[in-house]
Amino acid sequence: MPANFVSATDLIRFLPETILTIMGTVLMVLTPILNRRSSRVFGDLSLVGLAAALAGAIYAYSQPGPAFGGMLVVDGFATFFRVLVLVVGILTVLPSYRFLFRQDAETGEYHALLLFSIAGQCLMAASNDLIMVFIGLEISSIASYVLAGYLRDDKRANEASLKYFLLGSFATAFFLYGVALIYGSTGSINLTAVRAAISGQNAPSPMFIGLAAALMFVGLGFKVSAAPFQMWAPDVYQGAPTPVAAFLSAGPKAAAFAVLLRIFMTAFEPIGSGWEPVVWVSALLSMTIGNFAALLQSNVKRMLAYSSIAHAGYVLVAVTARSEIGTAAAMFYLAAYAFMNIGAFAAVSHLSGKGERYLSIDDFAGLGQKQPLTAAMLTIFMLSLIGVPLTGGFFGKFYIFKAALESHLVWLTVLGLLNSVVAAFYYLRILVMMYMHEPGDATSEAEPLSPGLRAALILPAVGTLFLGIFPAWVLDFAGRSSTLVK
Amino acid sequence: MSLLTVVLIGPLVGFLAALLIPRSLPQYSRAWALVISLTTFVDSLVLVGRFDRGQGGEQLGLDLQWITSPDIHFAISVNGVSLWLVLLSTFLTPLCVLISWHSIQNRVKEFYAFLLLLEFGLIGVFLAQDLFLFYVFWEVSLVPMYFLIGIWGHERRIYAAVKFFLYTMAGSVLMLTAIIYLYNRALTFSYPAILEMLTSGRLVFTAEEQILLFLAFFVAFAVKVPLFPLHTWLPDAHVEAPTAGSIMLASVMLKMGTYGILHFCLPLFPTASRNCAPWIAVLAIIGIIYGALVSMVQPNLKKLVAYSSVSHLGFVVLGIFSFTQIGLDGAVYQMLNHGISTGALFAFVGLLYERRHSLAIADYGGVATAAPWLSTAFLITTLASIGLPMLNNFVGEFLVLQGTAMANFTWAVWASLGVILSACYMLWMYQRVFYGEAGHEVRSHVFDLKLREWAVVIPLVAMMVWMGIYSQSFLAPVGKVTARVLEQTEVNVPFRVALPTHVEAANAR
Repeated sequence: MPANFVSATDLIRFLPETILTIMGTVLMVLTPILNRRSSRVFGDLSLVGLAAALAGAIYAYSQPGPAFGGMLVVDGFATFFRVLVLVVGILTVLPSYRFLFRQDAETGEYHALLLFSIAGQCLMAASNDLIMVFIGLEISSIASYVLAGYLRDDKRANEASLKYFLLGSFATAFFLYGVALIYGSTGSINLTAVRAAISGQNAPSPMFIGLAAALMFVGLGFKVSAAPFQMWAPDVYQGAPTPVAAFLSAGPKAAAFAVLLRIFMTAFEPIGSGWEPVVWVSALLSMTIGNFAALLQSNVKRMLAYSSIAHAGYVLVAVTARSEIGTAAAMFYLAAYAFMNIGAFAAVSHLSGKGERYLSIDDFAGLGQKQPLTAAMLTIFMLSLIGVPLTGGFFGKFYIFKAALESHLVWLTVLGLLNSVVAAFYYLRILVMMYMHEPGDATSEAEPLSPGLRAALILPAVGTLFLGIFPAWVLDFAGRSSTLVK
Repeated sequence: MSLLTVVLIGPLVGFLAALLIPRSLPQYSRAWALVISLTTFVDSLVLVGRFDRGQGGEQLGLDLQWITSPDIHFAISVNGVSLWLVLLSTFLTPLCVLISWHSIQNRVKEFYAFLLLLEFGLIGVFLAQDLFLFYVFWEVSLVPMYFLIGIWGHERRIYAAVKFFLYTMAGSVLMLTAIIYLYNRALTFSYPAILEMLTSGRLVFTAEEQILLFLAFFVAFAVKVPLFPLHTWLPDAHVEAPTAGSIMLASVMLKMGTYGILHFCLPLFPTASRNCAPWIAVLAIIGIIYGALVSMVQPNLKKLVAYSSVSHLGFVVLGIFSFTQIGLDGAVYQMLNHGISTGALFAFVGLLYERRHSLAIADYGGVATAAPWLSTAFLITTLASIGLPMLNNFVGEFLVLQGTAMANFTWAVWASLGVILSACYMLWMYQRVFYGEAGHEVRSHVFDLKLREWAVVIPLVAMMVWMGIYSQSFLAPVGKVTARVLEQTEVNVPFRVALPTHVEAANAR
């Protein structure tokens, strides 16, 4: 089959990205045409686009297989992550209505950028080729750099955007160096071909491959905010508009983990014993640094940023396990994490008020009395982040550490679980504030829940509980999809 | 639906329905909690009736698949020990509802909802036969108690609640590691199946594995018991908790730990249990004496009762690790006794607090003249707590000491020191609170029992007397279970080291 041949099946397999790009472009075009009074339409259109892409992703899975000469591959793994980032997108748009209205910043470009970023992440999830990974990474990143600085008049947002852009570019460069080394030494960029070249007769020097793998890990480690490449996360999450911070903590992270898993579990699987210690250390560092730093935070967004570093560490534990069960556990965990974290950010976004004034943990005081529903939903998210049974977060941790123990990573398991006790402390602080203190300014002034926010709180809460009580559905699918094409 | 499910699910349904009651109708929340908890109590009485006392194994089991991969089951059943612990939980919950009737005025709906959720978690812990399910209930019971302490507690409630949560969680993550490790070796979470594999020799742990797994489980349980030196969360949690919280915590939650040791640690890791027994016994004895000595100097009523719990629970652990039939029977009986008598002490201290709004012993004195009936009930409970014959604690302590003496006479001598000390601190406390000249505050504020309070006092006192006089009605099914546990600790001991000869002798009897 010639490489430039494009069949109808290829286009179907490429459906979600196509829909998102078209919808994003339409939004850009509509921005100057539509009156700003009807700005709700932007949000509606972007929801329609995301829903259509979701349907497209599921339809694409009805015809699984490689597309565009093996550059993309639509398998269960790709579909899982496509659906995940699309759901993340929907859950980001829902609270954005109210947020953008409050900041007086409703435009089409916000939604267009969001759609482009998600298109990039869908591409990452499905790519089976290092150049495709790179392109997806760039599409996703460039849009999210702009999104982080979307509130142009906010100094913190500008700082966040600039920092994210500079460090992100460095990281992408590292990744690209790795790709170049692989291409130079194996003559291929297709993951399956790279794997064959590494494990074959004329394998290139292990030093080259090891260096390439290390460089790629640096690049992807940055994207998933794993220690020691986590420095940017707290500043960016704190500065970025809250719905964007929510999005950054779930969408790009999930997509980057998809890429990380696919590259390291297919192309670099033959040198697994080489990279395992590196990921081991990174996992432990991420959990420990994230959790201990989060203990000291008084700003909720910063605390959630450090918590997101720690959660990246938990997923890296699953990567360290180097098994299909580990891959499935990582997939499940990312889904659970997306729900609970986006939900938590939605509650923060609801409470922050105009100009994001109320972001201190103390501002949650008395929320349980003033807005029982918001408080109850946030309680579910916090308990899930702690890892209390009957929530998705618990099962995620359970599966991850089960996979780790099966791979005889006893110490990492013990240290990881003890880490989750440390984590319990700072999540509990929010519960303490909400239920055990008298209402303060923030909770007294909080406006009633808008329909979008209500949905953005209830849907993830339902998802979190569903994953906690009936995990089998998602886990079975993850388990079946964790066998990657090699 | 099986009877066991009804007992277990009743409080959960009650909890969910309680969430729907409007906040503006607190009276309905109270009434609903009372109805549900009484219904559950009646259900558990039916359960006692259906229970076959002649048989020692697990009964009335139910096994439904919950999650396919890994294979996790909703497996519950009841045995001669868990039967009484379930009954203890269902017996105390309505009393907790009654005792909080007036003292909880703030966020009433949530309070009763959490109380019912707590009951659900506690019953589940005692019934679960799947290790995973056990862990789920273990953690689920933690959350409502955290809120009960943190929202409705006294001044330092937040500190106490967080400390309680973190201590328990630190212990239980180690247990989770061990549970997953067991699963990876046995490929099942089913507790009976794992036991069967161990006895048939299809699953063998090396000595090192066994000791580490034992410790992982044991530390989780020891935190809950609490065994010295892991007890420091307990005085804080007990003192700060509202009365109902203290009662449930002391009477039932602590038993989760001792039940866990008896039900899981001993049969799963017999060699390690026996090897560690001397160390644990010494810690238990330190706990007995230390708890008693600290109680003696407490100026705070609730703290005194809390430290006395450390002391009493030391007896339970000592009895278990005596590895004698009598010691184990005594330990189980002491679990129930402590549940009744310490629950009663906390309830009565709560009644005093409602009247005088102080927990300092120095603020009382002469209560006996102001409230003779309350004083009488308190006296009976005090006497029960110090182990007066014909009252419940005597039977348990006697059996534990006898069993311990058979295993190691020195241990028994030291432990009996705790009995003497308990008489000192309890009677001294009673004297300072109830006798002497009634001050103005006491005379004007402390009144005698009201009808609702009688409804709390009478069942508790009646149980103390019944359990003291006719212990056989409870001990018969217990003995069947403890005999089986002892038998299980005998088999499958490939790495068993030589035991001290007197232990062998005692077991041979």
